[in-house]
Amino acid sequence: MPQLTPFQPRLAALNQTGIWKHWAGHLVAPAYQHSVSTEYYAIRNSAALLDTSPLYKLRFAGPDAEGLLRHAMVRDVGQVADGRAQYTCWCDHRGYVLQDGVILRLSSDEFLLTAAEPTLKYFRDLATSLGMDRSVVTDVSADFGILALQGPLSRRILARLTGAAAGLRYFGVTRCSVAGHDVTLSRTGYTGDLGYELWVPRGGALQVLDALLDAGRGDNLTLMGTTALKMARVEAGLLLMDVDFHSARHAWVDEQRETPTELGWGWMLRTLDRSDRDFVGREAIARELASGSSRWTTTGLAVDVHDYERVHEEAGVLAPRHEVYEETTMSIYRRSETPWDHAGYATSFHYSSLLRRPLALAKIPLELAVKGTELDLELTVIRRPRNVLARVHGAAFFNPERKTANAEEVQST
Amino acid sequence: MSAAPGSEPPRYDAVVIGAGHNGLVHASYLARAGMKTLLLEQRHLVGGAAITEELLPGFQFTTFSYAISLLRPEIVDDLDLVEHGLMVLPLANTFQPGLDGEHLLLGPDADANYHEIARFSAEDAEAARDLDHLIARLCVALKPWMDRIPPNSRSDDPAELASLAELRAFMDGLDPEVRALGEQFATSSAADILDGTFEHDLVKALYASSGIIGSMVSPRDRESGLIWLFHKMGEYDGSPGSWGFHKGGNGGFTQVLARSCEAFGGEIRTEARVERVVHEGGVVRGVELAGGERIEAPVVVSALDPRQTFTRLVDAGDMPADLIEHLEDYKYQGSASKVNFALSALPTFPGLEDRADLFRGFTNLGPSMDYLHQAFTEAKDGRFSRRPFIDCCIQSTVDPEMSPPGKHVMSCFVMYTPYKLAEGTWDDQREALGDTVQETLEEFFPGFSELVLHREVVTPLDIERTVGLSEGNIFAGELFDSQLFLSRPAPGWNQYRTPISGYYQCGSGTHPGGCVSGGPGMLAARQVLGDVQKGA
Repeated sequence: MPQLTPFQPRLAALNQTGIWKHWAGHLVAPAYQHSVSTEYYAIRNSAALLDTSPLYKLRFAGPDAEGLLRHAMVRDVGQVADGRAQYTCWCDHRGYVLQDGVILRLSSDEFLLTAAEPTLKYFRDLATSLGMDRSVVTDVSADFGILALQGPLSRRILARLTGAAAGLRYFGVTRCSVAGHDVTLSRTGYTGDLGYELWVPRGGALQVLDALLDAGRGDNLTLMGTTALKMARVEAGLLLMDVDFHSARHAWVDEQRETPTELGWGWMLRTLDRSDRDFVGREAIARELASGSSRWTTTGLAVDVHDYERVHEEAGVLAPRHEVYEETTMSIYRRSETPWDHAGYATSFHYSSLLRRPLALAKIPLELAVKGTELDLELTVIRRPRNVLARVHGAAFFNPERKTANAEEVQST
Repeated sequence: MSAAPGSEPPRYDAVVIGAGHNGLVHASYLARAGMKTLLLEQRHLVGGAAITEELLPGFQFTTFSYAISLLRPEIVDDLDLVEHGLMVLPLANTFQPGLDGEHLLLGPDADANYHEIARFSAEDAEAARDLDHLIARLCVALKPWMDRIPPNSRSDDPAELASLAELRAFMDGLDPEVRALGEQFATSSAADILDGTFEHDLVKALYASSGIIGSMVSPRDRESGLIWLFHKMGEYDGSPGSWGFHKGGNGGFTQVLARSCEAFGGEIRTEARVERVVHEGGVVRGVELAGGERIEAPVVVSALDPRQTFTRLVDAGDMPADLIEHLEDYKYQGSASKVNFALSALPTFPGLEDRADLFRGFTNLGPSMDYLHQAFTEAKDGRFSRRPFIDCCIQSTVDPEMSPPGKHVMSCFVMYTPYKLAEGTWDDQREALGDTVQETLEEFFPGFSELVLHREVVTPLDIERTVGLSEGNIFAGELFDSQLFLSRPAPGWNQYRTPISGYYQCGSGTHPGGCVSGGPGMLAARQVLGDVQKGA
């Protein structure tokens, strides 16, 4: 039987579609109402609430916690102040990415981490190899539910329940009380918008959920399913495991394994030469950077709207714009004399209703990943392959000021 | 028009001895290539150890072999098996009862399995994912070697030397992680691998079952590593390691093969026991049946096991001494029995009374590593295990036509029942084994005995007597590294040929080995057809 999240008893009644799917063995709603657009626009226009509890949750605690994370992670959590969060990834010894996730630094010796796949044993084995006690990391997946409150009005909704919301800065973390329960609150999310995530103890899950829904009633707070979330994350240029990349751990061949640079996370490595911190994969990553052996990088392509119109017009149909979200591999070609000059492929495709253009997350050689480079993206239109003009844009298509701004800077909203 | 009296006996291009599944596959390939092929079977029905029998009206028993996994996908295509009725019903799950009412119920969903195992240990649940994936990668890497004629390690033929060099290059080129696992399987016991991977005993016991099944080894014996890997080489619908039941039992499968063989023009003759293979001056001439009838053919292929092939059908004295010496060390030591039940209703597991789907796959009765080792230890001294490891399945939950509605047939594969008993004979102890199995089932499924309408006990001796497999070994010889691949059945004689020109072997005692894979039959046909073409 599928696992139920702590919020499920309430959410079950609110899913108007009757459709559920599995996420990490849990029941989740792809959408709560038949209009995915409505949920999507709540993220960008008011506020939306997502149950993200199926993520695996780990707690690192004790004197060895920081040491283990500094050795495990590509980014240096030692540079993160208490009460701050960090988006990072961890690699195998060959420099291939195992997973990505957000670390919440609660104090000098306590951290929380979410992960898409089980990874308790991985970190424990690493701890053992460093001579640390395995109990430095524990699986707290069942102890918490996580709610993501995202959207421009999320701050004022949350402010009705806790004083901690107003002053919390982008990637800040704090403990606070919501509806009488201890909640770990971070200003993080997967939508690229202003937003928060709340770690709620299992026993308080329904009361916190009810309090939030109640606080957002006048502000169009809308439950969002995973489909609207995934549309938003493409606009934010955020990669999804098993769609845009695979864990090196469960890949079959190296073609499916990717380094941070190849995933477009070269920015995580910018300070690499400023410290000699030894972390898993460092040697391979340093070699890759020195030799420039990265096979590709991952970036965003903005499809030319006129050309998108043209290929559909030529096929005699209207260009689809309504709730278009695909997780399929689409080939990318150089626009050169050579026909079908394969350059890479896209993994996610989304017609952004907000930005009024189709977007793709794509893997192309580094020399092509220059803003403005023109490429052909292969669509299938009425059963036939048709190339459409797309331009390299960079991953983040949507990046509003409110995402990172402090409360006082956006009083006017 | 019948032949005139005194005319020449019918001439065939090839005679295949033994209509087990490999003999059937082999004969079908030869017939498909245009050879006039005669397949001879000593019993009244084809199938060898893969038969289904109605022992009680309406109840179809898979007397011996009961599941399919390693069936080579190209055989299905080459021999038009779907057209002839192939239908492999995938097993939905694996059920592992523990002691004290614990259990594991695993299915095809990796995330659901994670949570099921995490009830005992989150680390084990994660380790299971990693191990399953790594084993699958190893199996994918090894697959090409399973599906080709293995190199001959005793030949200095340039083609063979090149093939051996290719094998070494393949091993060197393996991903280090995959290679390390392969080496571990080849050199460690299942228990050693499991102790280094898992912490919970029930999880270990579940995985260990693949390392002992059908074999006279403890999970703590070195050989169990390779046996485990062998069983994971199965492939069904591209999902490595998946098993299925054939519609109508494994007898249903061999009937499909028989139809294929006949559709290609192959001739099948039952109740035709071959007494000896006739040869002259190192060249085969044909076969002689019980009763003296002689059938001539330039190609004779034995689908029987190596002991039958090299020491019964021909005179061991005519074989090279080193081959016979090697075959004397070749281990059969059959250790598995079958106990089949007709049941008035489904058994129930306390706490899961409403889960009929428990039985839509294998149920492993082997709840701990100590239990498995203890079961082996009892048998080592020549008596059958008093609390045996049992792999059971109730095929009628998947294939309702196996039994009358509401009633069921249950197949129990019982481990550690040695062919050679220290005291008494299997004829004396047959029902005592049945009682032991029933008592064991009763412990896991209270009230089981009351459901029993009929019981059939098949001991290793019965397997030998009925099917002809020496010492009742279901694989036609243990799956030990000393008798696999380059050495199956003997170094230098692992390419389906024999010392007699025109006489071949195609049974499970040849590469890739036992299980209902058809691999030996297919690869032997490749060799025979290649030789015939060269000779032509």
